[in-house]
Amino acid sequence: MKVTDIGNPDYFHKVVDCQWGCPSHTPVPEYIRLIAQERYTEAFMVNWESNVFPGILGRTCDRPCEPVCRRVRTEEKPVAICRLKRVAADNKGDIGPYLPPVPKKKNGKRIALLGAGPASLAVARDLLPLGYEIDMFDRDPAGGGMMRSQIPAFRLPAEVLEEEVDLILDMGVNTHFNYEITSMKEMLDMEYDAYFVGTGAPRGRDLDLPGRLESDAHISIGIDWLSSVAFGHIDSISGKVIVMGGGNTAMDCCRTSKRIGAEAVTVVVRSAFDVMKASDWEKEEAMDENIPIVNNRPPKEFVHDNGKLKGIVFECVKPVADEDSGRLNYVPTGEPDVYMECDHVLMAIGQENHCPWIERDIGIEFDKWDCPVLDEVTFQTTHPKIFFGGDSAFGPENIIWASAHAHQAAISIHLLCQGQDLRRDRPPQGVNLISQKMGVHEWSYDSEHDPAKRFIVPHANLDKALQNIKVEVELGFDRALGLKEAQRCLNCDVQTVFVDSLCIECDACVDICPMDCITFTENGEEEDLRGRLTAPAENVEQDLYVSGKLGTGRVMVKDEDVCLHCGLCAERCPTAAWDMQKSVIHVPQLGTYPE
Amino acid sequence: MTFVAKPVVHHPKLPLNEIGLNRRDYEGLVSTLCAGCGHDAVSAAVIQACAELSIPPHRFAKLSGIGCSSKTPNYFLGNSHGFNAVHGRMPSVATGANLANRELYCIGISGDGDSASIGIGQFAHIVRRRVNMLYIVDNNGTYGLTKGQFSATNDKGSTSKRGVPNLYEPIDLVSMALQIGAGFVARSFSGDRSQLVPLIKAGLLHRGFAFIDVISPCVAFNNHNGSTKSYDYTRGNAASFVAADFVAPHEQITADYAPGEHEIVRLPDGSELHLRKLEEDYDPHDRTRALAHIQEASRDGEIVTGLLYVDSDGTDCHEILDTVDTPLSVLGEAELCPGEAALDGINAGFR
Ligand SMILES: Cc1cc2nc3c(=O)[nH]c(=O)nc-3n(C[C@H](O)[C@H](O)[C@H](O)COP(=O)(O)OP(=O)(O)OC[C@H]3O[C@@H](n4cnc5c(N)ncnc54)[C@H](O)[C@@H]3O)c2cc1C
Ligand SMILES: Cc1ncc(C[n+]2csc(CCOP(=O)(O)OP(=O)(O)O)c2C)c(N)n1
Ligand code: SF4
Ligand code: SF4
Ligand code: SF4
Ligand SMILES: [Mg+2]
Repeated sequence: MKVTDIGNPDYFHKVVDCQWGCPSHTPVPEYIRLIAQERYTEAFMVNWESNVFPGILGRTCDRPCEPVCRRVRTEEKPVAICRLKRVAADNKGDIGPYLPPVPKKKNGKRIALLGAGPASLAVARDLLPLGYEIDMFDRDPAGGGMMRSQIPAFRLPAEVLEEEVDLILDMGVNTHFNYEITSMKEMLDMEYDAYFVGTGAPRGRDLDLPGRLESDAHISIGIDWLSSVAFGHIDSISGKVIVMGGGNTAMDCCRTSKRIGAEAVTVVVRSAFDVMKASDWEKEEAMDENIPIVNNRPPKEFVHDNGKLKGIVFECVKPVADEDSGRLNYVPTGEPDVYMECDHVLMAIGQENHCPWIERDIGIEFDKWDCPVLDEVTFQTTHPKIFFGGDSAFGPENIIWASAHAHQAAISIHLLCQGQDLRRDRPPQGVNLISQKMGVHEWSYDSEHDPAKRFIVPHANLDKALQNIKVEVELGFDRALGLKEAQRCLNCDVQTVFVDSLCIECDACVDICPMDCITFTENGEEEDLRGRLTAPAENVEQDLYVSGKLGTGRVMVKDEDVCLHCGLCAERCPTAAWDMQKSVIHVPQLGTYPE
Repeated sequence: MTFVAKPVVHHPKLPLNEIGLNRRDYEGLVSTLCAGCGHDAVSAAVIQACAELSIPPHRFAKLSGIGCSSKTPNYFLGNSHGFNAVHGRMPSVATGANLANRELYCIGISGDGDSASIGIGQFAHIVRRRVNMLYIVDNNGTYGLTKGQFSATNDKGSTSKRGVPNLYEPIDLVSMALQIGAGFVARSFSGDRSQLVPLIKAGLLHRGFAFIDVISPCVAFNNHNGSTKSYDYTRGNAASFVAADFVAPHEQITADYAPGEHEIVRLPDGSELHLRKLEEDYDPHDRTRALAHIQEASRDGEIVTGLLYVDSDGTDCHEILDTVDTPLSVLGEAELCPGEAALDGINAGFR
């Protein structure tokens, strides 16, 4: 194999599994260390800079970082990265002095943000400190988008939402709420320098089944129903409720129903339990509230009596994995259909992009799924001044993706307004390596491995929580638990950096390494090398770090897969051929690089 | 020297041996030696060898004297018996341990100072007595623990760190062991794990006295340019006459060797040592010729490593003394002290 180029920003970035997995590339170990030092305000700011909504995300994030956490591979459960974010937000002090100043004198460029969801808010946050004039439009009476209209208060209290939304609005956004956008042409006529469309994926899917039309009065589209609850238009539901669907909307619908009066709630899913769209923890929480989830039951018919819904007939199927692709196909089990009584149905079977108000003749091309044709790097549409981001870009995702898109779109808008090329002049990624050595056996990070199991987040009393939709279910880690959980982080951003010219091949590092990461051997092709290391490197997703030739003609090969970043190799090396160096990955964002 | 304990967590795919233990189960405390000390690599080789042999850790006895090398039994086989004797006196303690319990696998770890200087007398006699053990000398040509004085194995003319040459002839422990009857004699290098591990395994299973002289550089006091026991010098001057591969009984079906290419030496537990000649006229069963060869090589500035001599049907001190098969340690008082009548009988035999 070729000598590893550790100057390539991706190399060590990949080693920081959580940061690499986070769409916004939040420097996770950095903020966890700050929490461990009880520097909550700084920990909050590291998050705020990168993902924009620490308090909200610390409660609601889809956490793509956790399943990829190294701890899953070295032990079992990931570090509670998401809930630690909440610890930072809950315990922060005055962040005022850390906020970027917004110039009073504007730079003369006006930007329109369509929609006031997380995507638009994040674009506003990135652009305001550079002097842009920001106009934000939304049909809702307040900012936040689906964070406000969909995510129920028992998961995200209003104060937390408002604090983080207002933080941005107060930077000087000109808001136009209760403003229904009906024509993109009209918007273009207002002659903004650039437009960001962050209107989400607002249409809930429906099912065309026998009895659907007739029982319409008793069937609601999940996301519409949730927003009616959020805005106080609906405050109760009665009788037996069936929630159809297996995603996060379904989980929020069933838990909300349970809190506002449903006699019984059942979730019925057409597919198998394991492949449901909802995250494991969302399913667990619904089940913890004694809501049954019935799987492998596609609906056939709504049964009604003169328009009064009586129940639903479901078919019984089972999943069969396709031999070649492994994909699940559902085949009838042969059991008789099942009939389930209900008085109300909440349909939570997916969302779609839907922008009927964008005229199709103004230069924005749409693909066959009715999504805009976008440059995946710049988020620019085929109309040079119009950008998309968040759910409106590639279909429904989540908040963290919305902020990730927003950072890129903001860079593009800035480049456009400065007359630069959106691709060529994009600021590059970078990496900086900083030695953490402080003394003979002293590192500036807590290198010792803590074998503790993942700590459990305390919950509110279930009876109390079920009585009031505003009672937050999760209480979050308190400071003491937060400190303990923080110790579980392996500091994957403190990298093992090897200098081949210093190595005397004494094997000390090989012998001390608790995880058998290091091998000195003859070089070879990757596949061959992977098979003959101290421990076979079977996880091909994780890179091998290969040195240049050493004195004996061999090379050092380190399998990054299960390294604990414990620093013992560096501590044992007589010549400091290994050093522990913190990798600071520069993920370009407006405001974080010199203008 | 490391203060942080080695984490207990290990590689998720770490293999288990035949008795369900992994290599980490054969480790000891974290070493307090200087970072990069060759002795740590020898400990690691011992750990690997013992784990691969699938011998339960409590079946080992670790014996040592004084020196950095003699400290190392603390760093491997944490769940076995051990005795850290006074300087140069490990052989007497090892003899006692082996006499008391012939079923233990005895590993002696000593240094060149411990064995060739203060302990040279004890060393000579344990070889003669053929105590059934593996005796390893971590040979760095210096007194590491006492900060770098020349030891008795240091080559004449080789210099101290400050450039002062050694004025005396070295003692070659390998030649000495050969001369006075060791049944298994080898030399290796701490930096050559693939050579050292099979030698340790074979030495442990060999019946009688097995000796391995391991060049094990002292990074603190004897790893400079004028040294003949440094990493660089050893790597540059080592030569091997015979390659020895250890083949455990369960591996014998899969060991794929062309006939005639190898000589097979059977070890008491059914394992095999496959010897492959790297030098045409070298015979690892001929003590006299082996000695001559080693001397010639040394004259030419070569450090001969590998298996130098093996006596295929070795005897040990229990056989020489004709002791009972049952370890003395498990015999009852009645058997060990058969009483006055028996003593009278013995005494009568001398009259
Ligand atoms: C029930 C449910 C629960 C969810 N839970 C989570 C969760 O726990 N964690 C998570 O990360 N994500 C969750 N999501 C997804 C998340 O809410 C969205 O991915 C995210 O809000 C998308 O942000 P956005 O800025 O792209 O759009 P949105 O948040 O959808 O905001 C779009 C805004 O545009 C406005 N708008 C749209 N069309 C017009 C128009 N024509 N005129 C004026 N205004 C308009 C809307 O009123 C809305 O305010 C959930 C989604 C649902 C449906
Ligand atoms: C009776 C006695 N004399 C002298 C010493 C001092 N002393 C301690 S270790 C040592 C030499 C050890 O050298 P070696 O066996 O080569 O071990 P190394 O540290 O080099 O591994 C000496 C002379 C002692 N501990 N006891
Ligand atoms: S930091 Fe070094 S010693 Fe620790 S696990 Fe990683 S490679 Fe091994
Ligand atoms: S401990 Fe240092 S000198 Fe020794 S082999 Fe490892 S990297 Fe090389
Ligand atoms: S002084 Fe020499 S022999 Fe002793 S621990 Fe240090 S390097 Fe090893
Ligand atoms: Mg010595």
